[in-house]
Amino acid sequence: MARTLINAPSTARRGEVIEIRATIGHPMETGFRAGEDGKVLPRNIIQTFSCRYNGELVFSAELFSAVSANPYIAFHTVATDSGTLVLSWEGDNGFSQAESIQLAVTA
Amino acid sequence: MTRILALLLVCLMGTAGAQTPPPKDSRRSGFEDMGAATQAMQKDDALNPGMLWVQDGEALWKQPAGVSGKACLSCHAAAQSSMRGVAARYPAFDTGLGRPITLSQRINQCRQQHQQASPLRPESQDLLGLEAYVALQSRGLPLAPPDDARLDPFRQRGQQLFAQRIGQLNLSCAQCHDSLPGKRLAGSLIPEAHPTGYPVYRLEWQAMGSLQRRLRGCMSGVRAEPFAYGAQELVELELYLKTRAKGMTMETPGVRP
Repeated sequence: MARTLINAPSTARRGEVIEIRATIGHPMETGFRAGEDGKVLPRNIIQTFSCRYNGELVFSAELFSAVSANPYIAFHTVATDSGTLVLSWEGDNGFSQAESIQLAVTA
Repeated sequence: MTRILALLLVCLMGTAGAQTPPPKDSRRSGFEDMGAATQAMQKDDALNPGMLWVQDGEALWKQPAGVSGKACLSCHAAAQSSMRGVAARYPAFDTGLGRPITLSQRINQCRQQHQQASPLRPESQDLLGLEAYVALQSRGLPLAPPDDARLDPFRQRGQQLFAQRIGQLNLSCAQCHDSLPGKRLAGSLIPEAHPTGYPVYRLEWQAMGSLQRRLRGCMSGVRAEPFAYGAQELVELELYLKTRAKGMTMETPGVRP
């Protein structure tokens, strides 16, 4: 289970732009580095990140070898309805992690 | 004449009565010389990657380990109160061993003696996590190395090591960190080397690391053979550095470039 740090508001007014910031603990091994034995370490990175707001995709990103370990992603979305935002990370070796946050939207 | 005397008296009283401000601390934490983005990363717990290790530490604090089936929590209760100010006092003298030990050595000692568990490997994610979680409870407090006379010989040896030229480059710690702080070594700023934020998340490492890792990094930088993790010399250096930074504010988990 990977570790995550998520910062998002729990309440917002309808139409308000909210910021969501997420960090995940991941080595992001590039696939180009040699280990102590001189052999190239196999690539182990997160390839995609996405955020679904009540099922609708509101943000996604592709990550590559150049991204540092423990990647931090910040993005904005518009608060439309109360519900759940699901943040998910997927990567090499079947890596998959999802975290959900609740958002209450007031008129 | 009387008027002059009276004036003089008023002046004297004025000086005596005025609050003399405490002498300004001229020591600088590495934090003050970092870029704005790196400072922001340290200041915001939601951004600080060191908090990932703190999360690990918090989980381990509550998790039973070893034959005893006890967790840290079983004896020490909530870390927020029991561990407040503890990290600021380490390295401390251990009566049983007759020498100072660091916070991570103390954690492993507790694991072996009280939890009857195997010690955690130096620089392992678990040990750094526990150390960071314990040290976080002292964030904002001044570094308070103990006034323990038994530590004095070790502290002196640490000071000697700090001034000792080592490696192919034949440099001592003091030559850079006492004599040239604020200047540059290639592109990097030379800090005053105050260990206020350890364990720190270093962007260069892309991970958290202990003060000993940092010290070893400097040693291989001057092309010396670094002391092994847990070596007495590193503990003595740590003890000296903590004394040198006495009173400075703890920042754990720090972020450094």
